[in-house]
Amino acid sequence: MEDKKYILSILVDNEPGVLARVAGLFSGRGYNIESLCVAETTDPLVSRITMVTKGDTSIVEQIKKQLFKLINVIKVYDLTGTEHVQRELILIKVNAKPEFRAEILRIVDIFRSKVVDVGPEHFTIEVTGSEEKLSAILSLLKPIGIKEVARTGKIALSREAK
Amino acid sequence: MKLTGAQILIEMLKQEGVDTIFGFPGGKVIDIYHELAKTDIKHILVRHEQGAIHAADGFARAGNRVGVCLVTSGPGATNTVTGIASAYMDSIPVVIITGQVPSYLIGNDAFQEVDIVGITRSCTKHNYLVKETEELARIVKEAFHLARSGRPGPVLIDIPQDVQQKAITFKHPDKINMRSYNPTYTPNMTQLKRVVQLFRKAKRPIIFSGGGAVLSKASQELTLLAQKLHIPVTSSLMGLGSFPGTDSLWLGMLGMHGTYRANMAINESDFILAVGVRFDDRVTGKIDEFAPNADIVHIDIDPTSIHKNIPVHTPVVGDCKITLGLLNTLVDKEDFTGSIKGRKKWLTQIEFWKRTSPFIYNQKNIIKPQYVIDTLYELTKGDAVITTEVGQNQMWTAQHYHFDHPGQFITSGGLGCMGFGLPAAIGAQVACPDKLVVDIAGDGSIQMNIQEIATAVQFNLPVKVVILNNQYLGMVRQWQELFYDKCYACTSMDNTPDFVKLAEAYGATGLKATRPEEVEPVLKKGLSSDKTVIMEFMVEREESVYPMVPAGKAINEMLLA
Repeated sequence: MEDKKYILSILVDNEPGVLARVAGLFSGRGYNIESLCVAETTDPLVSRITMVTKGDTSIVEQIKKQLFKLINVIKVYDLTGTEHVQRELILIKVNAKPEFRAEILRIVDIFRSKVVDVGPEHFTIEVTGSEEKLSAILSLLKPIGIKEVARTGKIALSREAK
Repeated sequence: MKLTGAQILIEMLKQEGVDTIFGFPGGKVIDIYHELAKTDIKHILVRHEQGAIHAADGFARAGNRVGVCLVTSGPGATNTVTGIASAYMDSIPVVIITGQVPSYLIGNDAFQEVDIVGITRSCTKHNYLVKETEELARIVKEAFHLARSGRPGPVLIDIPQDVQQKAITFKHPDKINMRSYNPTYTPNMTQLKRVVQLFRKAKRPIIFSGGGAVLSKASQELTLLAQKLHIPVTSSLMGLGSFPGTDSLWLGMLGMHGTYRANMAINESDFILAVGVRFDDRVTGKIDEFAPNADIVHIDIDPTSIHKNIPVHTPVVGDCKITLGLLNTLVDKEDFTGSIKGRKKWLTQIEFWKRTSPFIYNQKNIIKPQYVIDTLYELTKGDAVITTEVGQNQMWTAQHYHFDHPGQFITSGGLGCMGFGLPAAIGAQVACPDKLVVDIAGDGSIQMNIQEIATAVQFNLPVKVVILNNQYLGMVRQWQELFYDKCYACTSMDNTPDFVKLAEAYGATGLKATRPEEVEPVLKKGLSSDKTVIMEFMVEREESVYPMVPAGKAINEMLLA
């Protein structure tokens, strides 16, 4: 069976140690975590973990069941193959020597991103979007010279029925 | 009324019906011990914390209740880890209470500080670090609930010393409110109706029961169903006792050292009703060739057990006892005479396998370990509670002692933890003071927790230890003989202590048999004593456990001798 990417949205008790339990489950059983994003929800007692994992169907089925078996896991949603919106945010610190500044700003404009920090030698750019969009802007900025990158990992929510 | 954390803990333990604790004091549990001494809760003082956790495990299995273990921080806590892992693998309800350095010192690498919650995260069902005395009562209540409900398992509570000492107004927590934990006990009826139709269709059916059937006390329902439908039964090591070992439908244990007939039957079957099993690799052998023609129905309370190792056709998530009870009711509504008649050929085939390859050994001049267990079985009329260590002693016991009742066979199945049998026997003896409790051991594994003889003697526990002494780490030696060119690397233990003197040094009775004719008298004398007894049997050094499925081979590729 072929490995596929899965996007899981996991509601957990907002308590210390819960992330360690989730991460430990993956490391202990040899599952993959591609990206992981955690924050409190509107209910301060609950956090949402959005996780991208890779595996064949049977492994991912097992992952979902194992996650749900953790006492602090309230709900596991598999958003793969369902209607959902997903976003990722990336901060890119790019070399901005005078001769490149106009080019960088053009790219920023095309991607509807924005410059959030600026210095004599750099721009820091904030971009949100799909994985494809983020790789596209990264590949355009690469020749100019990327100093550093920080990305959030994917977050996602299911779409409501229309 | 204001109570300290330590007093609240004791109060909650009483509420949970705890009357026995296995433990070992230390600096960070002094407050708890101080309060414990004022109660009538029995405390069994072990000689090593690993003994405490195994004893709590044995107590839980033999007594059908939650075992409790109390140890101090740091080394006290880490010494329990092996036993916690064993209880976790075998789903045994145990609550482990560990002391911790005061909360303001946590993270400072204080004396005897260890992150036991971090260490045991992957080998407990759940664990807690109690941060405030106010949370303690609720946590203890939750811990006991988690330990015994759903798929049972060990739960650890780590209590910092300042949390034990702080006094607060105690309010009894009346209800457990855990929104994320709600095990499924009652199965889906549509699935069950499908299962009943499979019973009808099956020409070569087999029931395969495991530890889950023992834990959920499903034996009666299981036996009834098998007898009603004339379906032969096999079990995993953990399932022994879930179906009477003397019943004519009993096939014996399945797996690597299972019976020839059980392994042949499961592979030829066209229908398997798997009850509370997890299809461990010791049972399936090579996965791709396991029961190739069978429709598998898998009943388990833990959804993660289903489809984990073996793809099954009909999953049933639910409690084994409830599910089998419902199946019995459904079966009663229909007539199965036709399908039972159609199974004659199958039962004849099984009878043939049974006759072709029984367990054989030839008792000549040197004591055969199997002979010791056969004699023990006869002398105890199959009625003893048996614990084992791990290795050949464990497999011979599983093969030669026939267990009619659940809770009668207590062994470290999943983890395979040497040093388990003696402390587990101590726990079982505390739980069942009127029963004969025997630990069947090897000379290697008994030395892993031999110090617990002192515990047995101190608390007048008449545990009997049978040591099958081959002066080898026998199971590894057997693998070296079969698969490693007879290179017995580091498995010879020819400097075993004089177990008779050792027993006497501890204040127990020591007996020894070196010739076959001494086996029965030694067993008779030992078993009839009301003291702790070690019986040592000098057995054939290079005897191996057969039949055997070599690791990675299909379950029907058995070495018979």
